[in-house]
Amino acid sequence: MSDLVELSAAQAAERVRAGEVSPGELFAAYRERAEGEELGAFLSLAEPGPEAGGGDPGQRPLAGVPLAVKDIFCVADVPTTAASRILEGYRPPYTATAVERLAAAGAPMLGKTNMDEFAMGSSNENSAFRPVRNPWATERVPGGSSGGSAAAVAAGLAPWSIGTDTGGSIRQPAALCGLVGLKPTYGSVSRYGMIAFASSLDQCGPITRDTTDAALLLRYLVNGGRDPRDSTSVDYPNPVDLPSAERLDGLRFGVVPELAGAEAIEPGVKELFDATLARIEELGGAVEEISLPHTEHGLSAYYVLAPAEASANLSRYDGVRFGLRAGDGDLLSLYERTRSEGFGDEVKRRIMLGTYALSSGYYEAYYGRAQRVRTKIAEDFRAAFERVDLVVTPTSPSVAFRLGERTQDPMAMYMSDYCTVPMSLAGVPAISIPAGLSEGLPVGFQITGPAFSENRVLGAAHALEVAIGFDTSPPRRGAALAP
Amino acid sequence: MIDREQVLQVARLARLELSDDEVERMAGELSGVLNHIERIGELDLDGVEPTSHVVALENVLRADEPAPSLTRERALAGAPDATDAGFRVPSPGAP
Repeated sequence: MSDLVELSAAQAAERVRAGEVSPGELFAAYRERAEGEELGAFLSLAEPGPEAGGGDPGQRPLAGVPLAVKDIFCVADVPTTAASRILEGYRPPYTATAVERLAAAGAPMLGKTNMDEFAMGSSNENSAFRPVRNPWATERVPGGSSGGSAAAVAAGLAPWSIGTDTGGSIRQPAALCGLVGLKPTYGSVSRYGMIAFASSLDQCGPITRDTTDAALLLRYLVNGGRDPRDSTSVDYPNPVDLPSAERLDGLRFGVVPELAGAEAIEPGVKELFDATLARIEELGGAVEEISLPHTEHGLSAYYVLAPAEASANLSRYDGVRFGLRAGDGDLLSLYERTRSEGFGDEVKRRIMLGTYALSSGYYEAYYGRAQRVRTKIAEDFRAAFERVDLVVTPTSPSVAFRLGERTQDPMAMYMSDYCTVPMSLAGVPAISIPAGLSEGLPVGFQITGPAFSENRVLGAAHALEVAIGFDTSPPRRGAALAP
Repeated sequence: MIDREQVLQVARLARLELSDDEVERMAGELSGVLNHIERIGELDLDGVEPTSHVVALENVLRADEPAPSLTRERALAGAPDATDAGFRVPSPGAP
């Protein structure tokens, strides 16, 4: 049993195809581990049996390898909460395209993972239900908002998972948990059935043990092309390759001084970043400095745009059509009570921030300017990609921090996304891979490419992954089950 | 830079009922975040077009053809209070 958990998802799929293990055994092995977990990674588990879609999942491309799904994806008749009290007990009448496509390809849902409420947070401490612990060091956070997805994969409670990334919510938890996290180009993956936070930024992507698993999930997330149910989705322009590169000859990597040189970057993170740059050169890649002058304002623009969109998106939670209802007076007090009781502190903070930024008299100074900064950041990336093939930065300025360490200071928490937000604003794909350990804790390395260059990004990530040889196994060996 | 009165005004717009404690805390926290955000006020952004969306799409249309949708029962199933015909809410003018 336990050796099954040591397999990557792609390796497990191979074993299924070779007839050495059945999809049912695989599902049962992971479900048993997930059932016993004490990290807080899962909010609910699926019923045993990987029969999603009918027929033999072993015959489908993903071969029945079960998938952990962030609880932001609607699944028909399965509780879906976005880790918010306001959706407690909600069972959606439809299933998200991402979940549907992966199930059809043979990856049945293992369970729904914990997260920051409505994907707002960088530590998973904003879950209305419980925080998640980092399986590398259980007194520390796994990152967020896809913290449950990352903790589950790192601890071997799931072979792989999908999360969502609005400003870093896939990449930062992947970095803090020693995993691969990919935010695809905006529009690649359908947002249908994905509970909206900031619609112009939200994107679904994989959190996995290695780059091959990430490429496999991406391949079947974009398979089927544009989703008519998400008008911002597009046809992915080329097939997604499984990465095989072991060299980086001919590739030019741009190091962004505004991000890599920021004061917030911890020395241990900087050290591994520099060591990874040296590896790039060893593998034949060229490293040069490339300025993205407006990215230092990314966080400011993001904390106007994302809350502004959130304040509009979250207006639907009013106690009328689904979820929690509170209050017994008139309609206005029903709205206000429901929202006040249903939303947690961070969600209220962002709704307030967004409402303020959109309110009369402030709109141009905040929202209008932030949209223009976004244009400048997108232009910075376009200009950079005329000179270099890929842009590299640290993923998170710090390693996993302690539970409670940043909960009293919103701005300190927001800094977690300093290096990941610019890519979201520009809509370009970015991956985080483990660069090594700093004082026993994982550090992520972020690689960004032009829109729809996932094959290039994954290829470079794969070459580095092979060279670095990061060992993902420690948190799978017991630490997870004894916090 | 954002005071109690402004917090209460924004909370009204956002349909949030905040306790006195929350109003106090929110004023401090929002001021802290706005203080950081206001640095974009220093940038020269004259003539820069705003970006609302990064994908160059416009007028995504579909054929105007009838297609099955959620049934009424299914749509009403998650409502805290529903009748056969719709969602029930208190009157806006109720006491």
